[in-house]
Amino acid sequence: METGWLLPDLEEPTAREFWFGCARGELLVQACGACGRWRMPPRPMCPYCRSTEVKWDRTSGRGRVWSFIVAHPPLLPAYAEKAPYNAVIVELEEDPTIRYAGNLVAGADGDINEIDPATIAIGEPVEVVFCQIDDVSLPRWVRA
Amino acid sequence: MEGLVIKNQTAVAGIGQTAFGKGLPDTELSLACQAISMALDDAGVHASEVDGLGSYTMEPNREVDVARAVGLGDITFFSQVGFGGGAGCGVVGHAAMAVATGQCNVAVAWRARKRADKSSRPWAQAGGRIADSWQWTRPFGIIRPVDEIAMLTRRYMHEYGGTRDHLANIALAFRKHASRNPASTMGHKPLTRDDYMRARWISEPLCLYDNCLETDGALAVVITSAARARDLQQPPAYIHSFAQGLPPQHQTMTNYFTDDPLRGPAWTAAKRMWEMADVTPADVKVAQLYDAFSPLIPLSLEGYGFCKRGEGGPFTDRGNIEWPNGRLPVNTSGGGMSEAYVHGFNLVLEGVRQIRGTSTSQVEGADVSLVTSGEGVPTSAMVFVKEV
Repeated sequence: METGWLLPDLEEPTAREFWFGCARGELLVQACGACGRWRMPPRPMCPYCRSTEVKWDRTSGRGRVWSFIVAHPPLLPAYAEKAPYNAVIVELEEDPTIRYAGNLVAGADGDINEIDPATIAIGEPVEVVFCQIDDVSLPRWVRA
Repeated sequence: MEGLVIKNQTAVAGIGQTAFGKGLPDTELSLACQAISMALDDAGVHASEVDGLGSYTMEPNREVDVARAVGLGDITFFSQVGFGGGAGCGVVGHAAMAVATGQCNVAVAWRARKRADKSSRPWAQAGGRIADSWQWTRPFGIIRPVDEIAMLTRRYMHEYGGTRDHLANIALAFRKHASRNPASTMGHKPLTRDDYMRARWISEPLCLYDNCLETDGALAVVITSAARARDLQQPPAYIHSFAQGLPPQHQTMTNYFTDDPLRGPAWTAAKRMWEMADVTPADVKVAQLYDAFSPLIPLSLEGYGFCKRGEGGPFTDRGNIEWPNGRLPVNTSGGGMSEAYVHGFNLVLEGVRQIRGTSTSQVEGADVSLVTSGEGVPTSAMVFVKEV
């Protein structure tokens, strides 16, 4: 891996549809093919009805900051270069119990350290953007 | 309760620990054997009598190597407990269940660790493609345990008004206790509130002093029946109640995906542990609460029933968790933040010393002593009592 970034295994069958969705510019959520309920993170069985049928629903891509950190060294080299940087957990607008990790950025190609951490607030509205690193499209978040 | 229960049927009869430090010359296997040997001598039990073994899945030393070196007998029970710092009381509890049910008579539980070992800083070995649940956090730079807990801490502060002053109360209390404990690695370094507030950030809102230490060392305990323990040379620390905890929809360390992420595994372990006990949180005289990070203390105080939700921060005010006058002295040896970080196994030994009356910060009349393992991961907890 040229960038030294920690990236998902796109061969992994349980979750790869999520990452394929990101590559198409869609923020997906795994849903039960039988009862339809959403779950995050993806898994091979529905914890509500135990069906193994799976489908993927497209979300609004809009949410609110649930929490955030600002990471400082010691860190892995690729991340240390960006430190201090923010990382956020975002709760989805249509279902706040569905949450995604990401970073707050100024734009799709923005860096993870360019937003002044002092301005980040829990509850602030955000929407998804996608940033290409190697062969992976990572969801990140901009202020809505 | 109907049926077979372990209440008061077993006891910790021996404890042993090596020196704690950084860069200890001995191997992890040697350290493990030394700690076990000291625990057997402390109990007054011959190595050939040991027929049960327990440790962590993250323990680097295999049962076969330990048993051959220490000269143990026929081993009829051996088990490991997973999830790192959540394992400590689970390891001892499994051994207690094995003794209580006749699967073995004398069990040894241990943990040995050197900070240079791969198991000590798994995040630093992270690399390549991620196929498991870490793929939902690590690509975004939430990589180290401190990042994962900092995320929960920020949310906790937001929901309940917890402050850095509360976290400082914790760091300062444990350092104060360590200063009375010659075995501690940080007792010689005083820590002030000003030091805390000026410390460098590691993962905001957590600073350097919210983190545990990185320590080389090993600890072991000997578990046997209550009847046998009474005939041995040390006062028994009876294992009164024990439970593990893995709540619904929990995800270890990165528990961001449940309806209520701040209600962690402690709640699950506590419910069963107190149901099986004749004592309540109000009876606990001293507690060793797992402290890989300071915010685990308010979460544990709440989960184990010492205060209501959101009150764990203010609980630490006014010296409430400090020896000797606090309402509940916590981590009286200095804990993982100021004595040594050996995946919380040092907390087990301190819980036993409080029952024996041999802590360097001995709580007067400590007849009920609580030890907990890691909050934020599938966990375990145990109540020791002095009299049965």
